[in-house]
Amino acid sequence: MTPLAVALWSIPALLCAPMLAATAPRWSAATRRTYGACFALCFIVLVAAFVHLVGARNTAASLHLPIGLPWIGAHFRLDGLSAFFLVVVNLGAAGASLFAIGYGEHEESPGRVLPFYPAFLAGMNLVVLADDAFTFLVSWEFMSLSSWALVVAHHKDPDNRRAGFIYIMMASFGTLALLLAFGLLAGGSGGYSFTEMRGTTAALPGLVLLLVLLGAGSKAGLVPLHVWLPLAHPAAPSHVSALMSGVMTKVAVYGFIRIVFDLNGPPAWWWSVVVIPLAGITCVLGVLSALMQHDLKRLLAYHTVENIGIIFIGLGLALAFSAHKMPAAAALALTAALLHVFNHSLFKSLLFFGAGAVLASTRERDMEHLGGLIHRMPLTAFTFLTGCVAISALPPLNGFVSEWLTFQAILLSPDVPSWGIKLLVPAVGAMLALSAALAAACFVKAFGVTFLGRARTGAAQTAQEADRFSLAAMFGAAALCLLVGILPGVAIDVLAPAVEGLVGARMPSQSTISWLSIVPVAESRSSYNGLLVFVFITMSTLVAIEIIHRFASRAVRRGPAWDCGFPEPSPATQYTADSFAQPIRRVFGEVVFMARERVDMPAPGNAQPARMTVTQRDPVWDAIYSPISGATSVAADKLGYLQFLTIRQYLSLVFVALVVLLFVLMLVMLVWT
Amino acid sequence: MDATALDVAHLLAGGMVLISFLLLYQDRMFALLNVFALHAIVLAASVAWQAHIQNAPHLYVPAAIALILKGIIIPVALHRVVIRLGIHRTIETVGGIGPTMLLGMGLVALSMVVMLRAAATADPLAREDLAFALSVLLLGLLMMVTRRNAVSQIVGFMSLENGLILAATGAKGMPLVVEISVAFSVLVAFIVIGVFLFRIRERFDSVDVQALDVYRGEQR
Amino acid sequence: MDLILELIPQGAQMILVLALAPLLLGYTRKVKARLLRRRGPPLLQPYRDLLRLIRKEAVLAENASWLFRSGPYMIFSATWVAAALVPTFATGLYASWTADLIAIAALLGSARFFLGLVGMDIGTSFGGIGSSREMMFASLAEPAMIMIAFTLALLAGSTQLSYIAQFMLTHSSLRVSLGLALAALVIVALAENARIPVDNPATHLELTMVHEAMVLEYSGRHLAVLEFAAALKLLLYLSLIGCIFVPWGLAPAGSSLTGYAVGLATYVGKLAVGGFLLVLLETSIAKMRVFRVPDFLGIALMLGLLAMLLLFVSRSF
Repeated sequence: MTPLAVALWSIPALLCAPMLAATAPRWSAATRRTYGACFALCFIVLVAAFVHLVGARNTAASLHLPIGLPWIGAHFRLDGLSAFFLVVVNLGAAGASLFAIGYGEHEESPGRVLPFYPAFLAGMNLVVLADDAFTFLVSWEFMSLSSWALVVAHHKDPDNRRAGFIYIMMASFGTLALLLAFGLLAGGSGGYSFTEMRGTTAALPGLVLLLVLLGAGSKAGLVPLHVWLPLAHPAAPSHVSALMSGVMTKVAVYGFIRIVFDLNGPPAWWWSVVVIPLAGITCVLGVLSALMQHDLKRLLAYHTVENIGIIFIGLGLALAFSAHKMPAAAALALTAALLHVFNHSLFKSLLFFGAGAVLASTRERDMEHLGGLIHRMPLTAFTFLTGCVAISALPPLNGFVSEWLTFQAILLSPDVPSWGIKLLVPAVGAMLALSAALAAACFVKAFGVTFLGRARTGAAQTAQEADRFSLAAMFGAAALCLLVGILPGVAIDVLAPAVEGLVGARMPSQSTISWLSIVPVAESRSSYNGLLVFVFITMSTLVAIEIIHRFASRAVRRGPAWDCGFPEPSPATQYTADSFAQPIRRVFGEVVFMARERVDMPAPGNAQPARMTVTQRDPVWDAIYSPISGATSVAADKLGYLQFLTIRQYLSLVFVALVVLLFVLMLVMLVWT
Repeated sequence: MDATALDVAHLLAGGMVLISFLLLYQDRMFALLNVFALHAIVLAASVAWQAHIQNAPHLYVPAAIALILKGIIIPVALHRVVIRLGIHRTIETVGGIGPTMLLGMGLVALSMVVMLRAAATADPLAREDLAFALSVLLLGLLMMVTRRNAVSQIVGFMSLENGLILAATGAKGMPLVVEISVAFSVLVAFIVIGVFLFRIRERFDSVDVQALDVYRGEQR
Repeated sequence: MDLILELIPQGAQMILVLALAPLLLGYTRKVKARLLRRRGPPLLQPYRDLLRLIRKEAVLAENASWLFRSGPYMIFSATWVAAALVPTFATGLYASWTADLIAIAALLGSARFFLGLVGMDIGTSFGGIGSSREMMFASLAEPAMIMIAFTLALLAGSTQLSYIAQFMLTHSSLRVSLGLALAALVIVALAENARIPVDNPATHLELTMVHEAMVLEYSGRHLAVLEFAAALKLLLYLSLIGCIFVPWGLAPAGSSLTGYAVGLATYVGKLAVGGFLLVLLETSIAKMRVFRVPDFLGIALMLGLLAMLLLFVSRSF
């Protein structure tokens, strides 16, 4: 069976998976069977997609099924790009399913999760495989709706209901934008299959780009369309959060790449000038918002926004290089973006698994109620720490490699002859560097407050280590993070067919370079060797430990904390998430979030407690969404008047509408003939 | 002219931009005056270097004027003024240092683009010197609009004027007469503003320019 | 055999940085004391301190975790590897292509990340204050460092330090963006090493301390390792400034023994001059309030950005 057939057969199989649950005697058995089946199916598709990516060297397999619209049918196609994204989707899905075999036991309402979870997976697979606009949009909507059902699985919480409402609004808006984009791409001839779109040039390629930015950008979480993301992702059960953050946003990136790089013809010079600053702002705003959070899952969701920004910086640079006929540089930028897609799906899934394990064990998402979990959950803590190092772009793990490649792509951009790029790229480079440093601060906070220090509540004190399935999923993801970090050359070579199909060039082959270094352009320009860095660090650590333990003392005594001689027994005196972020809030937050601190100090002699109040505002919400929602309510109030008219008035409305339409038709005919 | 000579000229001009940023960053009165003196000294060095490489001895005169007048006399005088007024405390800035600096960066980028594109045919080094001079000028203006204190506004004005001189000497010599008149105009401006400062002080017991707004009926 | 011959200078550099780092610390303390008209501790005092510390038993807080015990070694080795990759007396050493300037900055970032974490491990308020402020400083210093790396890369066409040093040797000229990058790098170095306008290396028990607050709970060998890492970092930054801005005397790859000896002698000379200038700066300015530091570091970021912008607009700056 070809890889494409395997992938397609997996979809009805996934949709049938909940039937296994129906036959199970108990919920726990149903949970295990469903997730076990999902794990197995995703793993098979993962292997098939990987085989295609490595073996087929960007030859496309396509298939036409007579389902769907009668005169179009459904087209499916598996080329390098979709094979790569199929790997990303199914790797994340397999990990999440494995995690959920154990984690699903803690689910309060499994009946609201189990049927939709396989459907969600099937929807994401279909989007990546679709080869005509109709199939693409139907699968896209299917993915949105099934994930929406998962977001509102815990619908008793009013926050979740609100998150679900905002999510469905933004998802519908995004699909509308994509629908219009496909309409423009199809043009007058109405060819809705991607093959026909590749052949014709769109009427208004610039407008298509803007519509795709709205449509795919709102799904991926580009600022200012990100507002639903930090609400919806944490509201879902944790393995679904991992999928939404780690995988579904990547499907949106796939949609962007497919339409803009593949279907929309050669890029114009100004496209990158739109994409790059948007991506830079997304980076900085995402990570700053994440720093201000104390809900662990929401913090992770905001970080997804930041990483989407990094990916889009790579994509924007690739657009700029392509527009100025620099295919080698475009290949570097696109490889950096795709590698970051893969890396982010790994470590974001890993971090959400960790947050899920903490949630299952303590019933707490709020970091201010946690602390000291490294003692109770050492294995979870270890994997979570790995994820933190990876996402903070620190060597020798994988996050650093893709950011390093993005930096190298930035360093090639002075050769671009466009002035817009010359002025934008330094600023965006600074934004990228700033967001990398802030991400490290954010994850010192996330790990430090949640896992280190002393337990702040009883729940944190009595936490239990996660079950073995969850641990297996977390250790698997952590191992992959390390593997990609120390062998990045292999990952780059695997990506090469996908890149070559889009920009017509690929990065130089990395597997032949000695010692497995990566050399993006030339050795005299830059090189990095994750393997040697890892080996050096490990060896020097071992040498240091050995020397000290052998020639000096290895005696240890336990005693009370020193704390300058005044140790305070109450765990409430520790630094909290908010106090950790306070210096950064003072430096950046006063400008970006209009953060204000107010201290109410009672008069001397008054025994009341002093209070410190921090107020922050979300600039995006204030500037864009509040006016829109205000205008909508006003319009709804005005239109409410239409509900109570007499029959005669209704009839006259119909009549006027008819006459106006005819009039417009007449005008159009006059102008066109 | 060999490359090193041009490099030095370039470096001095770039140094003036850097010191203009330092002026924007300073929020203490005395430090501000010291940095301004440095600004003038670098200007003097830059003009003297231009005199040297262009073989234009008349340019040594403006260099000397810049060094003696703006590098020594005016800072010392302002120093005394500040002490007599008793305002050697923190300068208030409008809108914080960070945003001001960012704005300054934007202005430098702007002047680069304008100059490099406007004079596309000219010698690249001369263009870039002009771009630096324009940056110094714009940063001086920015300083004048972001400061509320009259003394730092004077400093901003004079750094702006330094930018003008930099532009003029870079462009292959400027008639001495113009230069001297410019220098004297600054001196006059300094005297006028100096006298004016004391007048404000007498009337309103403050050198904060905002105090004047009240009397114009523009209460903030 | 060739491999071993090539590895010898690399190994020598790894040992050299270890040997020189405490000496540099002792030298700066001595010079500082002399400038303040004190006699000062002997030059070798840091070695004695380290020896004394590693011989003592380590006292751990009751709730210290495995991260607290292993953190110092990770911090030390990340700093050591970073210091071994910066050209000190020779360029083109065997492992020099392992990591470029961006990767070296990121390795220091890894060390800082773990330092921030171990500061929070015991759950004391001093540790928290240190970590939180250190990460705030880093959030400005690290992008400034990346901007400096970009500036150098645009000039020299490489992010590899060996190539940058070679470029500076052969194409030495006065450039505006280099001047800006030097100013930025000095500011970053002061902040990263907790030197005076940012943090006071000699202070203890003071509310504005940052670096000392994070390592407050450490004792014995763990403290020794952390102090050693801090000394290595100071050495690293001085070597970095030396190899980029005063690359004269660096022995190119495959030099003779004499070449290496000359390189070593000039390197020690550069360290002595650099250390003296550092101390001179430290004694002539006062420490800043904590919330003035972001402005100070913001300057470094702006200068780096300005230098990069100039190079983007025109390659002749």
